[in-house]
Amino acid sequence: MINALGRNLPDYIEGYGKVKPFAGAFENYKEVVKSSVKLKSVKPGDDKVLSSIKEALLKCEIKDGYTISFHHHLRNGDFVLNMVVDEIAKLGLKDIKVAASSIFPCHAPLVEHIKNGVVTGIYANYMSGPVAEAVSKGILKYPAIMHTHGGRARAIESGDLHIDIAFIASPACDTYGNINGVEGKSACGSLGYAIPDAMYADRVVAITDNLVPYPACPIEISQEYVDYIVEVEAIGDPKGIVSGTTRITKDPVGLKIAKLAAQLIEESGLLKDGFSFQTGAGGTSLAVAAFVKEMMKKNNIKGSFAAGGITGYIVEMFEEGLFRSLFDVQCFDLKAVESYKNNKAHQGMSSSMYGNPHNRGAVVNNLDVMILGATEIDTDFNVNVTTGSNGVIMGGSGGHSDTAAGSKLAIVVTQLTKARLPIIVDRVTTVTTPGETIDAVVTERGIAINPKRLDLLEKLKESKLPIFTIEELKQMAEKMTGVPEKIEFEDKIVAIVEYRDGTVIDVVRQVR
Amino acid sequence: MRRSMLFIPGNNPSMVQNSPILGADSIILDLEDAVSIDEKDAARHLVRNALLSLDFGDAEKVVRINSIATELGYDDIDCIARVKPDAILVPKASEDAIEEIDELLSTIEREEGFKLGSIKIIPLIETAFGLEDVFNIVKSSKRVKAVLLGAEDLTADMEIKRTKEGEEIFYARSRIVSVCKALKVDAIDTPFTDVNDFDGLLKDCEKAKLIGMTGKAAINPRQVDIINEVFSPSLDDLKWATRVIEAYEEAQREGKGVFSLDGKMVDAPILARAKNVIEKAKAVGLI
Repeated sequence: MINALGRNLPDYIEGYGKVKPFAGAFENYKEVVKSSVKLKSVKPGDDKVLSSIKEALLKCEIKDGYTISFHHHLRNGDFVLNMVVDEIAKLGLKDIKVAASSIFPCHAPLVEHIKNGVVTGIYANYMSGPVAEAVSKGILKYPAIMHTHGGRARAIESGDLHIDIAFIASPACDTYGNINGVEGKSACGSLGYAIPDAMYADRVVAITDNLVPYPACPIEISQEYVDYIVEVEAIGDPKGIVSGTTRITKDPVGLKIAKLAAQLIEESGLLKDGFSFQTGAGGTSLAVAAFVKEMMKKNNIKGSFAAGGITGYIVEMFEEGLFRSLFDVQCFDLKAVESYKNNKAHQGMSSSMYGNPHNRGAVVNNLDVMILGATEIDTDFNVNVTTGSNGVIMGGSGGHSDTAAGSKLAIVVTQLTKARLPIIVDRVTTVTTPGETIDAVVTERGIAINPKRLDLLEKLKESKLPIFTIEELKQMAEKMTGVPEKIEFEDKIVAIVEYRDGTVIDVVRQVR
Repeated sequence: MRRSMLFIPGNNPSMVQNSPILGADSIILDLEDAVSIDEKDAARHLVRNALLSLDFGDAEKVVRINSIATELGYDDIDCIARVKPDAILVPKASEDAIEEIDELLSTIEREEGFKLGSIKIIPLIETAFGLEDVFNIVKSSKRVKAVLLGAEDLTADMEIKRTKEGEEIFYARSRIVSVCKALKVDAIDTPFTDVNDFDGLLKDCEKAKLIGMTGKAAINPRQVDIINEVFSPSLDDLKWATRVIEAYEEAQREGKGVFSLDGKMVDAPILARAKNVIEKAKAVGLI
């Protein structure tokens, strides 16, 4: 079958099931029913603290074929996923599905467990490193399922992704299962991605390196959701927990792009009191924030909120009074963790509150401006952040599709060429985010506005911004780089890219 | 307009490729100090191909050659002039060197069928002798359209310490400005070398502008915006110039030979200055 973006999909995929084709970003908003939860009640006097991960697995009565979940707030410093899967392997279990909100290079040991059949399925919102490369080579038995952050929450809440056991990496946890992310040697801040897992999994195990006396306050995930607690020596490496990409770029090309993006925001008319904003942790995105900050200060503009993965730079803007509040699903650095701990208006949010299209309104719906990245963007404005120029999985949507759909102005910032390849192409290798939700592409050599945004084009008519059609930008890039040859793939589907509403927007095939 | 002249190392393909988008009025593709001796040949060809294939938009294309006291300088001119840069920047300029380069360029222009004199020359004044001889240097060729002060080498030559405040180059700046104004060419100030001190750069630009420098060289793209801003007419300048022109036009309509504005007589030099501000504002897109 062909979906609304012209992507050829099978009707049925082994290990996934019947394919619901993507029909449009807003075609699947509807009345929904949430999944019921099976839980085992705890009597007075029952002790939740267990001696080992193995004991927790046995108490949870783990079986072949179970789905186990993890969250990625410890990012490339996470130890928990590897510890748990190693124990499962020692128990001789097979056919386990790992539902990790993201998978990083530190999860390389998972490749061996994929090869020996312990792990046969993966659900992730983002994948990079050896596991992503192994999946691209077709080593995983069933296709990996790639969600968005909001889409994962939707899938869990609807029962599309049923979690048998959720493992919560807990920087602080008391003896009855109250968890927060702001205390202890592995403090990582908001635990937003873990909240749907805790609320909807059949069993929930807190893994902590900071077991504290009851009650631990503040409480982010409460005792009512947690079955068992296991203390370990370390849940993560602080060096990997803190992202390395939270500095404003000094690269003149990145700065030029950022300046143009900020000028576009100003000329869009959205930069006024009540302004809301989200940007990633990349150097160029933060440079956009820096230019926006200057504009807000100069014009005495007070924003309503900034959202998303929160960085120290966004915290600085908040502390200077440029935003009334922060919505935080994930802290990117220690300054953000500190602020999350101390500021009441630095509000945590679950991934469902952040981006789930099937709730009573996600935070992304109230975003004015979102700054996004791209590895490829096509002349229909479809964006790929899932696969690299060689077709290998190197990322995933994360919050890309959620925020693009929700925000009033979704801006892709990118260099026109990267590593001698044009970024704007006729057809992206993999669609992550549909073009109908992207409003503008800003490059160092010019800006393209989605022709569907007639209102924005009208507003910019008198502007001095260098506005071109996306085809003109593509030609500029190809003049420098030539037209790259198309990548060849095998027929085998190695990953399924689900849009946030659970429909299939694209598939990734095995690389040759 | 040469408000900002940005140095780009001639041996760095990505910087050369991105140089047109950095907002500088002039791009100086450097074959001299930025390029090590073993990369001179490769850089020369990279710069040549960039001039042939890259769209520099409105930016002036300038190439800093090596000294023609060496074989490298001749090779640079022979290779680069044949792809018609807008100007050649001549290090440690002297009267003899400018005359010699003028002749070389004329020969190449004839051979290539370019308009005679179309390739300009910008002398880089960076020796005490050059500074004292700057009037003759500018006079030595009609191709000379601007002078660039190189204070690092100049202060080394004069055996004095270079400071951020720049008091030690006050005379050099003033002498170059005086000569440039007399001979109607642009006076371009020396680069500010601390690429992370933007307040310092701003002060340095303002100091140079105050004594008549018309632009400044940049050694980092992040310096360009500040330089452009300082060397553009300010909004106050523009308002003043617009009022002078309006008052002049009204006086013309009324048949008055002389007129006053805000109680002050407007004479020819003031009118000329106002017209100059308007022209500069148009050139940089302020009007």
